[in-house]
Amino acid sequence: MNAPTPLVEMRNMSISFGGVKAVDDVSIDLYPGEVVGLLGHNGAGKSTLIKMLSGAYPPDSGEIFINGEKAAIADPHDAKEYNIETIYQTLALADNLDAAANLFLGREIRTPLGFLDDSAMEAATREVMHRLNPNFKKFHAPVKALSGGQRQSVAIARAIHFNAKILIMDEPTAALGVQETAQVAELVQQLKSEGIGIFLISHDLHDVFDLSDRLTVLKNGKLVGTVATQDVTHDDVLGMIILGKMPGDSADAA
Amino acid sequence: MDGLKKILADMEVDTRLLGMIGALLVIWIGFDLFTDGRFITPRNLFNLSVQTASVAVMACGMVLIIVTRHIDLSVGSVLGVVAMVMGVVQSDLLPEILGYEHPATWIVSLLIGIGVGAAIGCLQGVTVGFLGVPAFIVTLGGYLVWRGAAWWVTQGRTVAPLDSTFQLMGGGIDGTIGATWSWVFAAIAILAILGGTAYGRARRKSFDFPVKPLWAEIVTAGILSALVIAYVATMNAYPIPARAALRIAEEQGLPVPEGGLDIAHGVPIPILIVAAVAIAMTILATRTRFGRYVFAMGGNPEAASLAGINVKRMTAAIFVVMGILCAISAAIASARLQSAANDLGTLDELRVIAAAVIGGCSLAGGVGTIYGALLGALVMQSLQSGMALIGIDTSLQSIIIGIVLVLAVWIDHLYRRRHGAH
Ligand SMILES: Nc1ncnc2c1ncn2[C@@H]1O[C@H](COP(=O)(O)OP(=O)(O)O)[C@@H](O)[C@H]1O
Ligand SMILES: [Mg+2]
Repeated sequence: MNAPTPLVEMRNMSISFGGVKAVDDVSIDLYPGEVVGLLGHNGAGKSTLIKMLSGAYPPDSGEIFINGEKAAIADPHDAKEYNIETIYQTLALADNLDAAANLFLGREIRTPLGFLDDSAMEAATREVMHRLNPNFKKFHAPVKALSGGQRQSVAIARAIHFNAKILIMDEPTAALGVQETAQVAELVQQLKSEGIGIFLISHDLHDVFDLSDRLTVLKNGKLVGTVATQDVTHDDVLGMIILGKMPGDSADAA
Repeated sequence: MDGLKKILADMEVDTRLLGMIGALLVIWIGFDLFTDGRFITPRNLFNLSVQTASVAVMACGMVLIIVTRHIDLSVGSVLGVVAMVMGVVQSDLLPEILGYEHPATWIVSLLIGIGVGAAIGCLQGVTVGFLGVPAFIVTLGGYLVWRGAAWWVTQGRTVAPLDSTFQLMGGGIDGTIGATWSWVFAAIAILAILGGTAYGRARRKSFDFPVKPLWAEIVTAGILSALVIAYVATMNAYPIPARAALRIAEEQGLPVPEGGLDIAHGVPIPILIVAAVAIAMTILATRTRFGRYVFAMGGNPEAASLAGINVKRMTAAIFVVMGILCAISAAIASARLQSAANDLGTLDELRVIAAAVIGGCSLAGGVGTIYGALLGALVMQSLQSGMALIGIDTSLQSIIIGIVLVLAVWIDHLYRRRHGAH
């Protein structure tokens, strides 16, 4: 048993909302420097599953291990203590605040007297935004005045500025054009090479197939299975998503 | 026109603020014409500022409440019950313990009042934040409960007289700081304006951030300083009545010159209280984590809680702040009337909400400023005082104020739509 310890292991996670089992006994794991694609139709339970990891929803049952140790994640604050950063599908930006205020929301830099150090936060924001989106200039505009791509880069900047070790990207390219999508793909490669583990979520196979090392498929809140990307074809994965069948299952049945 | 736009953009002036100042000027000049020059006089402006003080203090708190998508209908009733409690403490309880007119009476009464206000705010805030009852319902209940409670404090008896030091908070003849101290106040205010401008500019430069053109900073700071000087000069141009002046001269052993005394009122103490509250609340709203979280909650409550902000505790805390400000307003209002009656603050909730909304708070949440709410309070009180000065019936006054409120919000709505905000 010399297998490396997984960075994240979620075991037998379940949660229901008013009788609906949104996630039902799902287990997944993630290793350092690995990209795991999380696939499934809209409503399959992908966002809900990772919200239990990011502390947004307390699970009804199940256990989370970080670096092999049982982790207590009761709220978003706890998750951040474990260097888990999340880019939510909704982006979770306060539309009335500017980029820096959003980037540091909940983790503001303060002066020795305890007041907000807006200049220091703006400086840090300029730096990280310069890396992600060099053309970005609207540092003083509320984020509702930004384009979809710019808003997305603010949300991404927030996740990478705080040195994530575990990064969750929930449909990160949903609002983006072709060029911006390519930029995100490049970023994923770069973060992966830095040893960060990434959960990459999408309802569209094509977004994640080329970027992922493994693919986990959910259907109706249940785990269909996890496969190594190199072992499967697009059609195999489509079968998992649509029919909920593991590759080979249908051949057996025939 | 484009040139003007460029100038305003360089100065980073909020055009909405300019609109409000314009509206205020129109109201003032209009009433002045209608009353043959009786509106823009030191005497009337003195009274106007004193009358605005109590609503202005509460409006600062209402900004936080409305920004977080809540409402507080109970502020007038809370003011009423806290005023009664402070009245009983200073007139019935403390004289038995400390003696009549003890120098500590005013502060002990005020602190007890602030404690009661904070406790009421906490109760309502916990009900909204932790129990999840909508603020509209909680504070509608509070509106009835605290008005009833105000009656129970003395079974309806009006408490008078109040402690003479406590009464200074109301800004009567003695409740002003006189000409000399008023100029000291002006000097401090101007130094703060200049210092703040210079510090902010130096700080942005040290980070190599873009800064406003120097002339724009000078013009903005200059206008603010000129306003301070104009206000203080006006208050100093309002002499106190001859008989009161004689009494003061006697008390202080001043010689009485032949042509009679000319002692100025100067800045009223309630305005100093408003200034202190406004500065503290502006710092709270814009320079602290607490304020940042208030605006984040208003802009996107889900994003706020995903960022790890404890939205429930914040909600409770915001109502505590509102309760404390109600207590300060209760002190100003009862001190001004020199008595505490159980109907004190009736209809104030509507004035306070109107001030905040006219001042730019959006009921959709996330938007609002302290200075806007102060201007809103001044606009409301100017309308009311002006109409009273002309001699318009109270029934017609409320009709006009009601229409103005709706019009103001409608114009604001159009403005925001044109500027792409919601
Ligand atoms: N906060 C919630 N309250 C009630 N139902 C929810 C909530 N969040 C998710 N659900 C339900 O859980 C299921 C899974 O949703 P979600 O995780 O968003 O799916 P996905 O991200 O895969 O599209 C859906 O049926 C959705 O309606
Ligand atoms: Mg989703």
